[in-house]
Amino acid sequence: MTKTNLTAEDVRHIAKLAALEIDDASVEEMRDQLAGIFVYFERLQEVDTEGLEPTSHTTDANTVLREDVAEDAMPRSQVLSNAPDPDGEFLRVRPVLD
Amino acid sequence: MSVSGSTLDMHASARDLGAAYRRGDVTAEEVADAYLARIESYEPLTNALLTVADRDSLMADARSADAMFAGDGEGDATALTGVPMVIKDNISTAGIETTAGSEILKGYVPPFDATVVSRLKDAGALIVGKGNLDEFAMGSSNENSAFGSVVNPWGDGRVPGGSSGGPAAAVAAGECLVALGSDTGGSIRQPASLCGIVGYKPTYGTVSRYGLIAFGSSLDQIGPLARTVADCADVASVIAGWDPLDSTSLRLDFSDFGSEIGRDIEGMRIGAPREYLVSGIEPGVRSAYESAVEQLEDLGAIVEETTLPMTDHALAIYYIIAPSEASANLSRFDGVKYGRSARADGNARDVTEATRGAYFGAEVKRRILIGTYALSAGYYDAYYKKAQQVRTLIRREFEEAWERFDALVTPTSPTVAFELGSRTSDPVQMYLSDVCTIPVNIAGLPGISVPCGLSEGLPVGLQFIGPQLADQRLLRIAHAYEDVAGWELRPEMAV
Repeated sequence: MTKTNLTAEDVRHIAKLAALEIDDASVEEMRDQLAGIFVYFERLQEVDTEGLEPTSHTTDANTVLREDVAEDAMPRSQVLSNAPDPDGEFLRVRPVLD
Repeated sequence: MSVSGSTLDMHASARDLGAAYRRGDVTAEEVADAYLARIESYEPLTNALLTVADRDSLMADARSADAMFAGDGEGDATALTGVPMVIKDNISTAGIETTAGSEILKGYVPPFDATVVSRLKDAGALIVGKGNLDEFAMGSSNENSAFGSVVNPWGDGRVPGGSSGGPAAAVAAGECLVALGSDTGGSIRQPASLCGIVGYKPTYGTVSRYGLIAFGSSLDQIGPLARTVADCADVASVIAGWDPLDSTSLRLDFSDFGSEIGRDIEGMRIGAPREYLVSGIEPGVRSAYESAVEQLEDLGAIVEETTLPMTDHALAIYYIIAPSEASANLSRFDGVKYGRSARADGNARDVTEATRGAYFGAEVKRRILIGTYALSAGYYDAYYKKAQQVRTLIRREFEEAWERFDALVTPTSPTVAFELGSRTSDPVQMYLSDVCTIPVNIAGLPGISVPCGLSEGLPVGLQFIGPQLADQRLLRIAHAYEDVAGWELRPEMAV
């Protein structure tokens, strides 16, 4: 199932899923552009992919493990050096639950 | 083309500069000084750099480079010692602001170097600046940078291509000799083509992505932009190799990418897939391509027209897969850990939404929305899974081609550099700029663009594509063409 008759409400819903604030003025423009892009995707439906394995990686990627040896990590002060709102050893965040 | 005494040729190759160092004709301090002056003169025209190296620290690096040449023989010097380089600004540099071309990372100073940057520093390279780019490498014209478009050194009002537009323009304008870019769907090769230089995307997995700000992880690959194929090989030899910090990096020896350079290509079988001569191809690009094919035949290569029908679907699946991976990768920008944060009231989720809404640009938002949609319940099978299945078909089609051919030859871009602003309102039209380069990333192959002439006064690029891990042979073919074609393109710029 695909969708090319995208509505403004759809755009708002996707934006919510993506944690992306989007103002009313851009919703319409985004809707038009996304609809055009999804129409372009439609051509894929004509390709027969019955029973084909999907490719997620182009190399023989396996789960790579290392020896379980403790190593020095980056000092906390450096980890926090770019934090927008640090508080000593912590990151300050707004409440997660209302 | 020589570098001698005080008359530095800013368009020399890195190999020429290395030879001048070894003769004692010039010091790295003099070179660093000359490039800083050059950057100061040319930046107002190109806007290729987002950060220029601090003079004192660059001079200290230059003195270290000079010391590497001291001692018996060549001392500790490498092919890149004292070579002025630009690093695309989505590659982390410790202590130097790294923005990925985005407002959301304005002011972000990485506490660590990308693996490629550590390796370049160890080799004695001089990092003269950070290259402008489309925000998070999403774009084909560099117009999506939050910090202004780059102007192509070849003509006023033309785009440099993207997303490595800054690195490509910097090399073309002589603001550096070589640069590092990243290539997710053509972001090294297409700007190299539009700026008249060489751009090389190695086989996926040969170069560590650690410290590259991720866009599409199964597609991203770091690689060089330079004036010659040999310089690209030298850079690749330094930056490639297994890295425990990148689980997709391959455990193979990649110490000499240039090992086949200089050998002839007599009898090599090269396929010319007709799907790459797309309907929108400009006549001047087509004729430059056809002349190049004749020159390959003159070199003894056997060029044969072929067909890769799945090519027609590569663009559509790329614009599903890359945004899907991007929507996951960019979820890390939440306004909490690093980067900028919008000071919203309400809960943590509100802060994250406000931050991303305020500081991501339009194209990044568009791709996050495409990716989120393609991965969402109800549409996953129709879009994401379908795209991955078609990806399997594209890989198979290339595998079959390698039974008959050593490499493929195509145009790099269907057009020369287009005018700034001419494609920004129509995303699909912009996406078509990468139609010849995207299949390479889809299949994880190596690809390289070399100049193959001018059309209406603007550079045209020729792309060679090879099987996975056949990088050395690919560079050999590209070098053989470069050598006989003799295009040494230099833009005339009014400073």
